[in-house]
Amino acid sequence: MTVESTAARKTTRRSSGTKRTASASTSTTKKTSTRAEAVATEPELVQLLTPEGERVQHPDYDIDLSAEELRGLYRDMVLTRRFDAEATSLQRQGELGLWASLLGQEAAQIGSGRALRDDDYVFPTYREHGVAWVRGVDPTNLLGMFRGVNHGGWDPSTNNFHLYTIVLGSQTLHATGYAMGIAKDGADSAVLAYFGDGASSQGDVNESFVFSAVYNAPVVFFCQNNQWAISEPTEKQTRVPLYQRAAGFGFPGVRVDGNDVLACLAVTRSALERARRGEGPTLIEAFTYRMAAHTTSDDPTKYRRDEEREAWEAKDPIQRLKTYMENEGHADAAFFEELEAESEALGKQVREVVRAMPVPEHMAIFDNVYADGHALVDEERAEFAAYQASFANGEAE
Amino acid sequence: MAVQKLPLAKALNESLRKALETDPKVLIMGLDVGKLGGVFRITEGLQKDFGEDRVIDTPLAESGIVGTAIGLALRGYRPVVEIQFDGFVFPAYDQIVTQLAKIRARSLGTVKMPVVIRIPYGGGIGAVEHHSESPESLFAHVAGLKVVTPANSSDAYWMLQQAIQSDDPVIFFEPKRRYWDKGEVDTEAIPGELHKARVAREGTDLTLVAYGPMVKTCLEVAEAAAEEGKSIEVVDLRSISPIDFDTLQASVEKTRRLVVVHEAPVFFGSGAEIAARITERCFYHLEAPVLRVGGYHAPYPPARLEEEYLPGLDRVLDAVDRSLAY
Repeated sequence: MTVESTAARKTTRRSSGTKRTASASTSTTKKTSTRAEAVATEPELVQLLTPEGERVQHPDYDIDLSAEELRGLYRDMVLTRRFDAEATSLQRQGELGLWASLLGQEAAQIGSGRALRDDDYVFPTYREHGVAWVRGVDPTNLLGMFRGVNHGGWDPSTNNFHLYTIVLGSQTLHATGYAMGIAKDGADSAVLAYFGDGASSQGDVNESFVFSAVYNAPVVFFCQNNQWAISEPTEKQTRVPLYQRAAGFGFPGVRVDGNDVLACLAVTRSALERARRGEGPTLIEAFTYRMAAHTTSDDPTKYRRDEEREAWEAKDPIQRLKTYMENEGHADAAFFEELEAESEALGKQVREVVRAMPVPEHMAIFDNVYADGHALVDEERAEFAAYQASFANGEAE
Repeated sequence: MAVQKLPLAKALNESLRKALETDPKVLIMGLDVGKLGGVFRITEGLQKDFGEDRVIDTPLAESGIVGTAIGLALRGYRPVVEIQFDGFVFPAYDQIVTQLAKIRARSLGTVKMPVVIRIPYGGGIGAVEHHSESPESLFAHVAGLKVVTPANSSDAYWMLQQAIQSDDPVIFFEPKRRYWDKGEVDTEAIPGELHKARVAREGTDLTLVAYGPMVKTCLEVAEAAAEEGKSIEVVDLRSISPIDFDTLQASVEKTRRLVVVHEAPVFFGSGAEIAARITERCFYHLEAPVLRVGGYHAPYPPARLEEEYLPGLDRVLDAVDRSLAY
């Protein structure tokens, strides 16, 4: 999606980068020791679309989208949510072993994902179903690992979308190394690395900040602060707003309304352009909310109140864009009806593909362990094959 | 001149130089690998000749070094990572075990991970804590990794070339106390296979199997035993994952006795795996149980005690005698 002119963006961004660094360090200095005060000094989010669907201006970030582009973002979010709901249902029906829902984080993922160019590279966690969608990854590919037929299993280079990474934060270092490689190649691509508020405590995330800053690597860190790391709230991870950590590593940090798709797109695009210009990393904290459980195995009623969820429901990312588009006449009833039909068709297709997804042939255990082979794997493969064959021959009763 | 007499450390240096010359995608990464040339000078002069873009002094964070090496490999580079000492690899253990070893399988074979992690290992240099350990079985236990260790200059040169050319991650253990031992290196030779064991000395009465720093010790044991009329065969394993059991089996079928020697603790060490598999393969040939000589189930001791902890001539000879007495 191309939206505003590059020239216009550049001026804004250059100044915004500087301003952010300055404001971040000022806030950090003011930081005092009690949590209540820390919250009191938290700055406003970058927001371009209010929860009520009202378009607002921000001094550092702007965006000018056509009606078609707005409808595109809306469609992405609706289809992602429909896919996610289908996956949750499939888990409840026993078709998937587990599902990690992105419900509520559609704007953060679609907005940031739509800021990417094809030659950029994404390093996701295991919840970036919306980013996978905008990268063109077949959504049913995401379900293989949750059904238990593989551990990922797509070729990352097809859509420049790396495999889902379950160990928290590991991928931020891979993203940084990949970005270092881009710089060595003299290319102007950039890398977008996803992680969450929980993973922000991991050493690897902090090391990736160190490495990317030192090497000025073209990587943007996109932290979806969805307020909960399973049962632990963000205050168990940090005493300062997460985006402010960037200042200590020597690069800008910005907090964006993670339920505002326009702001997420504008802020991510700005940070990616900054990376392309060779100005190094940016940390974006998308302030959002995990509306569903951590995964289908989790029970959030044990650790959080319904009131909190209800408060965030009023900030729903999809509804606010719909209100805006309706008020501005950017979409008519036919558009919403067609999208509804498309959603249902997607759900049906996902359902059918998952139910038909074959269990791998059992010798697949030994596949792809090594590229150049390994004597022990060969030996054990042969033993296992002989053992299996002994049943077929009726000799191992 | 194709044949040179080089210390093992210099052979590694020449090997890295050759790799940097041959393949523009080869990178060297680690702490102090640039101007200093590494604490053991294995990378000496390389940054000067190949630049800071290819011989990279990294921030002091091992997980970061290995994690970014994985990212560079995804971008098409072939990083050769130096971990400064054996005991410092553990901050990177998570990246090595959960990512480096598994990304290929996770990708159903669409991704290669040509990353070499060089680790100086083993004791005998009078060092402080964390500078003398032998953690090879912790890596051999992990599917997706390959683990090799040279015992002499020629293998140091060639095995490092082959490890860098491999499309799989290779943990390359360097016997640090043998860094200064000289040996012939033929840089125009046709090298043997990376994962094949080598009979370092032929004998008929008993097989000693070792790798890395203990090969030299075992050759000294064989020499001493020869004076007492005992003919000992020494097998240099060279590769710990995979292990060339065929070469070892052939040796044991001939000598009928096996003693495994390594610096690592015996408990759950590679000797346990070797003993189990050789017992299974050579059960009717063995005249004695497979014996093991190695470190004890205690933290690596302070330097003044390390000679008691490490398998030396006397402890290995004692095991040889016990095996022959069966």
